[in-house]
Amino acid sequence: MFSILRSLWYTFLHAFHKRETILYPEEKPYLPPRYRGRIILSRDPDGEERCVACYLCAAACPVDCISLQATEDKDGRRYPETFRINFSRCIFCGLCEEACPTYAIQLIPDFELSEYNRQNMVYEKEHLLISGTGKYPEYNFYRNAGVDMGVKGKGEGGNEHPPVDIKSIMP
Amino acid sequence: MHELLIIAGVLLIVLNIAAGLIYVERRLLALWQDRYGPNRVGPFGLGQVIADMVKIFFKEDWIPPFSDKAVFVIAPGILVATLLLTFAVVPFAPGFNVFDSNIALLFFLGNSSLGVYSIVLGGWASNNKYSLLGAMRASAQMLTYEVFMGLSLMGVVMMADSFNLTGIVEAQRHGWFIFPQFVGFVIFLIAGIAETHRVPFDIPEAEGELVAGFHSEYSGMKFGMFFVGEYMGVTLVSCLITILFFGGWLGPAFLPPVVWFFLKTGVFICFFILLRASLPRPRYDQLMSLGWKILLPLTLINILVTGAVLIYLQ
Amino acid sequence: MMVKIQIDGTYYDVKPGKNLLETCLALGIDVPHFCYHGAMGSVGACRLCAVKKFRDPCDQKGRIIMSCMEPVNEGLIVSVNDPDAKMFRAAILESLMINHPHDCPVCDEGGECHLQDMLVMTGHNYRRFDFKKRTHFNQYLGPFISHEMNRCIQCYRCVRFYDDYTGGKDLAVFGSHDHLYFGRGEDGILESEFSGNLVEVCPTGVFTDKTLKEHYTRKWDLSNTPSVCVHCSIGCNTIAGERYGKLRRIMSRYNGAVNGYFLCDRGRFGYQFVNVENRIGEAQIRTSKNSNPVEATPDMIASACAEALSGSKKIAGIGSPRASLEANFALQKLVGKENFFAGVSRTEHTLAKTAIDILQHEAIHSPSLKEIEKADAILILGEDLTNTAPMAALAVRQAARNKGIEVAGNSGIPPWNDYAVRLKAQDVKSPIIMANPFSAKLDEIAEKTYRAAYSDIARVGFAVAALINDGAPGVKGLSKEQLSMAQHIANALKEAKNPMVITGTHGGSEDMVHAAANIAMALFLHGKEGALSIVFPECNSMGLGMMDGKPFEDLAGLPADSTCDTLVILENDLYRRADQSLIDDLLERCKNVIVLDHLITGTTLKSDILLPVGTFAESEGTLVNNEGRAQRFYRVFPAEGTVIESWRQLKELMIFSGNHESASWENFDHVAQAMSDSIPAFAKIKGHMPGADFRILNEKIKRQTMRFSGRTAMNAQFSVSEPKSPVDPDSPLAFSMEGANETPPSSLVTNYWTPGWNSNNAMNFYLDEPNGSMKGGDPGFRLLETAATKHILFFAPVTGAFTPEAGEWEIVPAYQIFGSEELSSQGPAVAERIPEPFIIMNRRDAEEAGVKEHEMIDLTLTRSSLQVKLKIDDNIPAGVAGLSTGLPGMPFLKLPESGRVKNSKK
Repeated sequence: MFSILRSLWYTFLHAFHKRETILYPEEKPYLPPRYRGRIILSRDPDGEERCVACYLCAAACPVDCISLQATEDKDGRRYPETFRINFSRCIFCGLCEEACPTYAIQLIPDFELSEYNRQNMVYEKEHLLISGTGKYPEYNFYRNAGVDMGVKGKGEGGNEHPPVDIKSIMP
Repeated sequence: MHELLIIAGVLLIVLNIAAGLIYVERRLLALWQDRYGPNRVGPFGLGQVIADMVKIFFKEDWIPPFSDKAVFVIAPGILVATLLLTFAVVPFAPGFNVFDSNIALLFFLGNSSLGVYSIVLGGWASNNKYSLLGAMRASAQMLTYEVFMGLSLMGVVMMADSFNLTGIVEAQRHGWFIFPQFVGFVIFLIAGIAETHRVPFDIPEAEGELVAGFHSEYSGMKFGMFFVGEYMGVTLVSCLITILFFGGWLGPAFLPPVVWFFLKTGVFICFFILLRASLPRPRYDQLMSLGWKILLPLTLINILVTGAVLIYLQ
Repeated sequence: MMVKIQIDGTYYDVKPGKNLLETCLALGIDVPHFCYHGAMGSVGACRLCAVKKFRDPCDQKGRIIMSCMEPVNEGLIVSVNDPDAKMFRAAILESLMINHPHDCPVCDEGGECHLQDMLVMTGHNYRRFDFKKRTHFNQYLGPFISHEMNRCIQCYRCVRFYDDYTGGKDLAVFGSHDHLYFGRGEDGILESEFSGNLVEVCPTGVFTDKTLKEHYTRKWDLSNTPSVCVHCSIGCNTIAGERYGKLRRIMSRYNGAVNGYFLCDRGRFGYQFVNVENRIGEAQIRTSKNSNPVEATPDMIASACAEALSGSKKIAGIGSPRASLEANFALQKLVGKENFFAGVSRTEHTLAKTAIDILQHEAIHSPSLKEIEKADAILILGEDLTNTAPMAALAVRQAARNKGIEVAGNSGIPPWNDYAVRLKAQDVKSPIIMANPFSAKLDEIAEKTYRAAYSDIARVGFAVAALINDGAPGVKGLSKEQLSMAQHIANALKEAKNPMVITGTHGGSEDMVHAAANIAMALFLHGKEGALSIVFPECNSMGLGMMDGKPFEDLAGLPADSTCDTLVILENDLYRRADQSLIDDLLERCKNVIVLDHLITGTTLKSDILLPVGTFAESEGTLVNNEGRAQRFYRVFPAEGTVIESWRQLKELMIFSGNHESASWENFDHVAQAMSDSIPAFAKIKGHMPGADFRILNEKIKRQTMRFSGRTAMNAQFSVSEPKSPVDPDSPLAFSMEGANETPPSSLVTNYWTPGWNSNNAMNFYLDEPNGSMKGGDPGFRLLETAATKHILFFAPVTGAFTPEAGEWEIVPAYQIFGSEELSSQGPAVAERIPEPFIIMNRRDAEEAGVKEHEMIDLTLTRSSLQVKLKIDDNIPAGVAGLSTGLPGMPFLKLPESGRVKNSKK
């Protein structure tokens, strides 16, 4: 009985507290850099697309709202021919970013995605691709991978020996 | 002519208060939860009331194909009708009531019991297991609280020696009944909350478990009638608390009686909202055992003591 | 007899004679492994399958052994989950991973990688080795396979498969220690016909599918459907994967009785024709006989069809050996039995009929590929199996090892101990005798080869039969060599436990088939099984042969006024089957020519009404392979546009023609039912295949994996509201990722997956034992009913000995694995492998004709002439020349009967 009255009293006292609501849009909230908002595709430090079309983001997506098709350029460098995110389905869980092995897909602090027409919520690659590196300025996947896709030759990576001469008879 | 004016006035006041309460409740809840509530439409968000009205009138009024259609349609009407009828006997100020009955209090109790039909029928007609469960809970709850709601007022009746509400108010000229009948007040307050299905006794609705209970299947203005009915119930119970325990319109003469009446009523309405802002919902069985095991004996003791004291004073 | 062994405290009754690893896999116990492969046995190279073995129940310490090298004996006590064994396996994997690059995101194997599975299974998940990795240059390996040597973990599976299993010569291992390199001596196309299997055999991404790379899709994103290969008569089982409405790849689907784990390159990479540009997408009409058909509205098509079909006095239909049984049956229903023509030339038709009659004979058994693998003496009569039925050639290669396995077995070496068996066996081979006019790849495993014209091969065959059983008619006038050859063959077959004869109809020689039948029947009388395998030209030649049809020349030969008003041609390019003039004339004579096909061919260009129909990937049907096994393929994806299945299209035509019998054919089951009701040969089909109403736990079987991605975005560019997923009324499969999580019946397996095994090695868990049968029996069932005649009637030889004539050569067909088959040649990858048209001649003959090797020469045939490149083959007998057959752009050649040609140097 007493606790009920006490709750009533404490609740009543809240009438004199400061309000927590931020009056968006007059007042913009602070969003931390790792805020999970709109999804973008970033570029590597050399200005090339980071996405290697590995399909891991699509596989990780719990609402299956990412769809892409891989293709290759003349050097064999793999990149997405199409990359589509249906933001009307996206739940901004960030699993795609977690899954991305190349830091290509990133969620940014922008949540203002409203549209009058739902079809406009479908973002194609040209809408997603930005010209910067996003949160990870240094990383370039093709410099670390073992494949030669026009970025570095075989054995030219920092963690690689030069290619083996298989004709050598040295033990 | 005069009576017609009063009828129109009462209708206007009651319906406006009920509608306005939608806004007031949201603003007050927000205040106690450190939010703003509706503040965008018009000054202070007052336009929200109109916007909500417009919305609720234009929503699709859907009657589920699996429901018992006639009963389904009638049910919300019963609620509003019984509540409005009850307001006929409420004296807002001397002479400002529709019908000054000798048995006004009994009329109130009888009508509020009728109100439960609305919920039971609505829940039944919806043909939905959640609605039926809600209706069942509502009937059990009503049955329980109806008993000592009436009994808790017997102390007041004995002291005022009248079932006439005007008479009861007049009997408080020398002291509000809240003081001698404090136990009766508390019990009536609790029973009132239960009667109006307000938090914490909104067990028939219980969104968390029953998906809005008896009115799950209702939409549009039919839902609106349940919704408004709830606020009318809140207003009614507040009015009666004012009349029965807080001297009705009586008050210092610098304000006209009717203002005193509405001021007092307003405080209780706010109290109802404060309850909603702070208290969680008890379990169904807890509610029932509270009613039968604590409140009912307490009420009977209250009657006994009041009667004894009155006889002793005679 | 079973033996009792104990694994991790549980007792199991298991088959003896196996190794512990395959026993564990058969029991469903996860034992990590790399180098072991069900078909190739074990060599104990990778050390990953380590388990702990205990001497006896009192032994607490135990010792680590390789489970793949441990025979299963009574009382064996092992522990797979022993902490020491686990640690050992993790350590092995860590060392294998030292040089493995950081490639998974761009590696095609990712998601179906055996190495990834093993990493998870052994628990090695963090790289501690912080030094540099060795790297390798890659090689160009042709249009099918791409090479990325950095990823290699030195398990040797590739060379064991390529060199030891398929007899390839051009893939080898170079270098030593961690410099091992698996590749060719120099860049170049992998020569083996089975190179595509490297994709599935390699446990990581060293060898990957190059055709998939062009439209790369992860395994989990493919919508998979069980299918049957349509590129030869063997009927290998495949899994066809689709994404975004395009066929993405073909993987092998295990069928213990047919293809086992593997596929040939034509079957694996021939799928591209489904996606090519010159597919027919919309129905077309041609307005005059001289123009090409153009697209028309559905109303125009409907009225044209109705007019053509209801207004005709006589409607004739030409079926197809590359269309399903049900499509051919629907055509037969449309035109009536007497007007149904089989759609193959008279030679082929007669041969097919003969062959089917022979195979139905009680003395003859038509063996499955598995049974061919078990044979210990094989006579191949006039068939270049490597090119006409590659998987049969692979089976013959395995059969050749049986003698060696027996020799090793006598020394106590079990057959699964692959390296030891090979060491012991050395060059010991089962007798394989190749009788073919020109050199063939299988010659290299043949004990003896016999080179002669088909007539001589047939004569020797008859002689062999006569030598085995006196009742068989002999041949007079054989030369001494021929007689000794016949004697040798007869002895080899008589001595063997499971002798077998393989022949085919590709040579067009009925005598040869008769000779083969005589040998098989003679062997039967000799107390053997009488196994005879006959290879047919196309995927459903056998099934078409079992229907009542006539060769279409019968139709073309009718007088002009009684031919027919309307001719319906089903999935058939007649220009591949007869001389151009004959077909031109036939198509000219018919008032309305309705053609149903999926690719633009010479015949479709001459059609008045051209109706688009689905390929194997867009329709369902039953095919009968050369063994007589009926197998069903299912729709891989719903077709685009107005493309529908042939049988549905024909059903519509039946309604236009006023025949409402087909109106009740609502789904495929109804046609199949109607067919087995009306054709006795197919009576067994009814009830043998799970129908469209088949459900597991009230659910259909899902085509998509549970990881299928992009469902809410893949069509969002058209409409953000997701469309309803397509319905498949014709099969128990659903175009969905929703379905029962139970193992479907063996013929409906869409995907190999089991917890922990994302790679194709999960296949082993769908088998009763590795390299055994599918659980619940291998897919498909044999249609051949042996006729109840005890009476054996030998065939008599017809043709005389071959005598060369000066300046003329008998032309024999040299079929090509890449190019001779119509459909696969349309795909760009296979097209890259198609050789230029060539002729094979003896060096002396070439010198006489005055032509040199690799030169283009003019070849004049009786009715046509063409330019071909000369190849010298010293083995081909004088007066015989092999001509590449069926290559795109080559005119029809009526082979070999009328093949007397003159040769003039340009």
